[in-house]
Amino acid sequence: MTLLYFAWVRQKVGRSEETIDLPAHVGTVGELAAWLAQRGAGYGDAFADPKRLRAAVNQDHVGFDAAVANGDEVAFFPPVTGG
Amino acid sequence: MRTIRIQTETFDVSAEIAALTKGANNVGAVVTFTGHVRGGDNLTSLTLEHYPGMTEREIAHCIEEAEKRWPVLGATIIHRIGKLVPGDPIVLVAVASTHRKDAFSAAEFLMDYLKTRAPFWKEEARGAATNWVEGRASDEERAKRWE
Repeated sequence: MTLLYFAWVRQKVGRSEETIDLPAHVGTVGELAAWLAQRGAGYGDAFADPKRLRAAVNQDHVGFDAAVANGDEVAFFPPVTGG
Repeated sequence: MRTIRIQTETFDVSAEIAALTKGANNVGAVVTFTGHVRGGDNLTSLTLEHYPGMTEREIAHCIEEAEKRWPVLGATIIHRIGKLVPGDPIVLVAVASTHRKDAFSAAEFLMDYLKTRAPFWKEEARGAATNWVEGRASDEERAKRWE
């Protein structure tokens, strides 16, 4: 699975992209965020408050109840601020 | 005709209108909206990042949705990324339609949807201090009006 991070999520995590093997017990975006939060200080900071985060699976906006699978491209980011 | 561009350089509104309407004899109205970097509060610059690939997809979805609602003959959306300073143009939405009412509505819709759906993020700089711009509830409310 490819993970992408943007804006302050990227800064806190300390990277913009990585490839992981999805743990068997992780089946949703929310479970993935909870798992990532335990991976270290930067991740803990970035994923401390899921309400501040938004996600996309394969480049579509999704809720945290959306399913994820190995092979997906999953992105985490703050609410968008373009325009 | 649809044009979607994400670029660091500025844009020429007149040239974009000419490209949007070239060869079309049924266009009766072109509405353009240009967003600029608003200065003040000691802002020195903005730096924009985006999600390449998803940005273009989301903007295309926005245009498709506008085409379902109004007789859109053509749409151009250009969004700049990178470092911009107060006064710089940042986004262009141009819509061609047969009549002005539809062109105005579609342009407003596209801008409202773009602000809440297109994956861009702005980081403000005031001298050496930086902060990420927070998403605004008022933008969410404006986009919801169209649902």
